[in-house]
Amino acid sequence: MIALYVVLGILLLLLLFVMVTYNGLVRLRNQTQNAWAQIDVQLKRRHDLIPNLVETVKGYMQHERETLEAVTNARNLAQQAIGKGVGAQSEAEQGLSGALSRLLAVVENYPDLKANQNFLALQEELTSTENKISFSRQYYNDSVLGLNNKVQMFPSNFVANMTGFKLGEFFEVEAPAEREAPKVSFS
Amino acid sequence: MWEQVRSNRIRSVVLVGMMALLLLAVGYLLGWAFLDSPIGGLAIALVILAVLNLIAFFQGDNIMLAISRARKIKPDDHPRLYNIVEEMRIASGLERMPDVYIIDDPAMNAFATGRDAQHASVAVTSGLLQALNRDELQGVIGHEIAHIKNRDVLLMSLCGVLLGAIVLLAWYGSRMMLFGGMAGGRRSSRGGGGSAQGIIIIVAIVLAILAPIMAQLIYFAISRKREYMADASSALYTRYPEGLASALEKLAGSKVQVQAANQATAPAYIINPFREKGRAAADLTSTHPPISERIRILRSMAGGASLADYNQAYRTIHKGGKPVFSAASLAGAGTVGIRAAVPETALGEREPTKVERTREVSDLMWRMNEYETVNCDCGTKLKIPPDFKRSNVRCPHCGRINNVRSRP
Repeated sequence: MIALYVVLGILLLLLLFVMVTYNGLVRLRNQTQNAWAQIDVQLKRRHDLIPNLVETVKGYMQHERETLEAVTNARNLAQQAIGKGVGAQSEAEQGLSGALSRLLAVVENYPDLKANQNFLALQEELTSTENKISFSRQYYNDSVLGLNNKVQMFPSNFVANMTGFKLGEFFEVEAPAEREAPKVSFS
Repeated sequence: MWEQVRSNRIRSVVLVGMMALLLLAVGYLLGWAFLDSPIGGLAIALVILAVLNLIAFFQGDNIMLAISRARKIKPDDHPRLYNIVEEMRIASGLERMPDVYIIDDPAMNAFATGRDAQHASVAVTSGLLQALNRDELQGVIGHEIAHIKNRDVLLMSLCGVLLGAIVLLAWYGSRMMLFGGMAGGRRSSRGGGGSAQGIIIIVAIVLAILAPIMAQLIYFAISRKREYMADASSALYTRYPEGLASALEKLAGSKVQVQAANQATAPAYIINPFREKGRAAADLTSTHPPISERIRILRSMAGGASLADYNQAYRTIHKGGKPVFSAASLAGAGTVGIRAAVPETALGEREPTKVERTREVSDLMWRMNEYETVNCDCGTKLKIPPDFKRSNVRCPHCGRINNVRSRP
């Protein structure tokens, strides 16, 4: 009789452990997905800022038509890449960053533009959007780390394997081009 | 990664529970000694506790913002501040964007309020906005967002309420003792148990005196712990401890005190609004750790920006004292690098200078007071008060007549 209770008790504890661990895993996976969505929001914000930027800059830069077109094209490409997977999307975003940095480099030659209030406001928005992209990436990677720890570590790895949880993929900034690209001084 | 705070949260809940027990004990004993009914005293204590807690829970943030005369701003009012708050919201993984408030006060301070992440607000003084650059402001906002993320605000307001209730009860208790002739008379008429009654009264008196002090010490202990944790989280979010360190340095150097702060709201601010210069290092009766110590800890985070690195730095400074985070709670957190002084993704490197920031903030304050700005051709900015009736105004510099836009 006592043995039965002990076995039942152990089973109950086991069930409780599986339940708590499973819920924790689901929470982490949702957090990771949500963090990924945040990155998308910020990338979209960057896309939305670019027509504004081109519009503001156009009047001052009569001679830079090609640079401006390159930015617009890169932005359209980046927009088309949405939903085509991490690789394609990050490649298109890198192209956009490159075009953007070439544009901002020639701003140096237009002192009038640098005094334009609209442009100054856009500068703050661009700086902040770049920050937000990197902060959302940071949060995403932290979330993936949390999830992966849980999936790989003992004893939660048993539950994760049973219920088919997969390791999350880190969002790495591998290409040095993207690291360097937006680093342009307005002054 | 985000679970380290949990163990500290449990510890804090235990401390709050201790304060609640202390309150009930005071009520019980005072009831026994002066109302002839310990249950009655307990009931009074419970009612006070419930009412104050409900007020703190549902109205705490509004009261706090109203007391400090904070005004809500929109994204367009101060884009940089709003952006930084949003950046920190993203870095911390908060779901809702906190409301952003500004306090027209030359002192430098900031606080977060709201019972949970869904009702959170961040407030900064105009003095802070003027003095800090982007990195420093980011550090301060990161600290405040950490208070929201760690649920410190609710904990601290509940704690503050408990403290207030204990002080209140003890105050009434001591008044009853002073005018206690009648209570004693009533009791003596009942007869018997004289010496036991006397002991209880003495215990009640001692408790009435000691309870507020004990409660205050618990309150301060919780509060200072939360400050260290928020500092650590801020470093983690920004990946740049130097930003907050340098901001704290500027804050410490400022001599102006926040006008609209009082003892009850003090723990909510990023630095103690009532600090004195050269205050002793380890002071039990302080809601905040000494600034110099907070700066030293942040600056000795050589290894990285993770909570474990903060813990390491804290222990180096405190010579092996009790760590902020328990070792178990930090397991598997991974390493976190500190970013370079200039953010690698930064677009415009040109920071607004101190003068520009001051102008920006003062323009904002004029706007918030519904003054209208008219730009005269000579470069003068005319500030038109809201009760100005005429449709045009003469520029005091050049004498041109300018139209006031809203009154054609």
